[in-house]
Amino acid sequence: MRYLCLIYEDEKSWEKATEADMKQGMAEYGAFTDSIKNAGKYIGGEALQPTKTATSVRVRNGKLSTTDGPYVETKEQLGGYYLINAKDLNDAVQVASRIPGAKHGTVEVRPVMEFNQP
Amino acid sequence: MQDAFAAAVERWPVEGMPTNPRSWLISTGRFKAIDRLRKTRREVGGEVEVIAELPEEPHDLVDDRLRLIFTCCHPALHPDAQVAMTLREICGLTTEEVAAAFLTTAPTLAQRIVRAKAKIRDAKIPYEVPERRDLPGRLASVLHVVYLVFNQGYFTRPDLATESIRLGRLLVELLPEPEAIGLLALMLLHDARRATRTNAGGELIPLEEQDRSRWNSAQIQEGVALVERAFASRSVGPYVLQAAIAAVHAEASSSAATDWSEIVGLYDVLLRAEPSPVIELNRAAAIAMRDGPERGLALIDAILARGDLQAYHLAHAARADLLRRLGRTSDAIAAYTQALALAVEEPERRLLERRLRKLGAQETV
Repeated sequence: MRYLCLIYEDEKSWEKATEADMKQGMAEYGAFTDSIKNAGKYIGGEALQPTKTATSVRVRNGKLSTTDGPYVETKEQLGGYYLINAKDLNDAVQVASRIPGAKHGTVEVRPVMEFNQP
Repeated sequence: MQDAFAAAVERWPVEGMPTNPRSWLISTGRFKAIDRLRKTRREVGGEVEVIAELPEEPHDLVDDRLRLIFTCCHPALHPDAQVAMTLREICGLTTEEVAAAFLTTAPTLAQRIVRAKAKIRDAKIPYEVPERRDLPGRLASVLHVVYLVFNQGYFTRPDLATESIRLGRLLVELLPEPEAIGLLALMLLHDARRATRTNAGGELIPLEEQDRSRWNSAQIQEGVALVERAFASRSVGPYVLQAAIAAVHAEASSSAATDWSEIVGLYDVLLRAEPSPVIELNRAAAIAMRDGPERGLALIDAILARGDLQAYHLAHAARADLLRRLGRTSDAIAAYTQALALAVEEPERRLLERRLRKLGAQETV
């Protein structure tokens, strides 16, 4: 079963990070990504640019509106994600708990809706 | 698996014991049937091994029952749903009974259960006993649910206390981990004092004034033995420690004859295992018994000064007790009044009102 792990962290802490912190953070994520690739659980994953680069798009009555900023302003922001393969929720939680961001931020685990199940 | 679980959970109360358990992937039905059978046997007299009569080996059965408990108490489910599902699917209470006990409406609770079942299915919460690696954390949430049920019935619902003890026994039988043993011991020891906890007028009787000859000695014996068993395992967690404290109280012939040094020592260890201002408060009360009210009062004042327990009625009540013992009547009245303003449970309120009357306070509260 596929799960999307959404990583919410205070993006300011990345902005404030020293180069050494940054390097260590990247190394931790690199090691984590390798470990789930080796375990055959990795499907995809990316880090996102900060919410100040976000644009929210809506179409109402056929009219396009774009606004600056994320959908909701929150204390912690969506900063990246992993799409993983896991046996069940326990397995997915186990993987999510090893995402470096889980130590200071929050990882939301969402099962993927599967439409083609027999 | 999940669909089968949800189906079992839905259908069992209506259809009863399935004629061919094998065709049921899930043991919900059997689980309850066995329990019911056991209850009946017990009433008839004598514990009879019923597992042998079932068409499967006991090992599967143990796994099935544990699986059900761990699924109902999965931490990914809403806490209320965990409690409700446990009481419904394992203890056999109706949604209405659970709702009444937890002061909510049956439709609200039913809604929570529906949502929880949908999550079990959609997020694929496995119907299984967690792996060894995850067991301590997962067992902790099961024990938490059981203890929550126990405490919910503390004053008003002895049936809930009985159910949680039954659940605790089952857990110990299926998974004799030290903390499970500790929780069962804790509940047995607390429950052993049930008859003496309130008087006929529904007023709380504090520990030092309880008639100890009316404590349930069989339950105390069992509780104490369980504490010893848990201690022998060498891994001693918060439930075992709280049970050990309860055991020291239970074995003392009076408040004065209580080994307060032992209790303070246990609180010290408990505080290290699980730092909490409430445990600090209890430790302060024990220190007051060991070293005199001044020492305890200084500690309670320090806890309150930190702002941690300002809204906790028992902090003010404990402080008031010590002020009363020190003869500081007007301070004691002020503290009892504060405690009364915060207390919700009727038995506790009545005790506080009696204390105030005895101190000659005006009936203004």
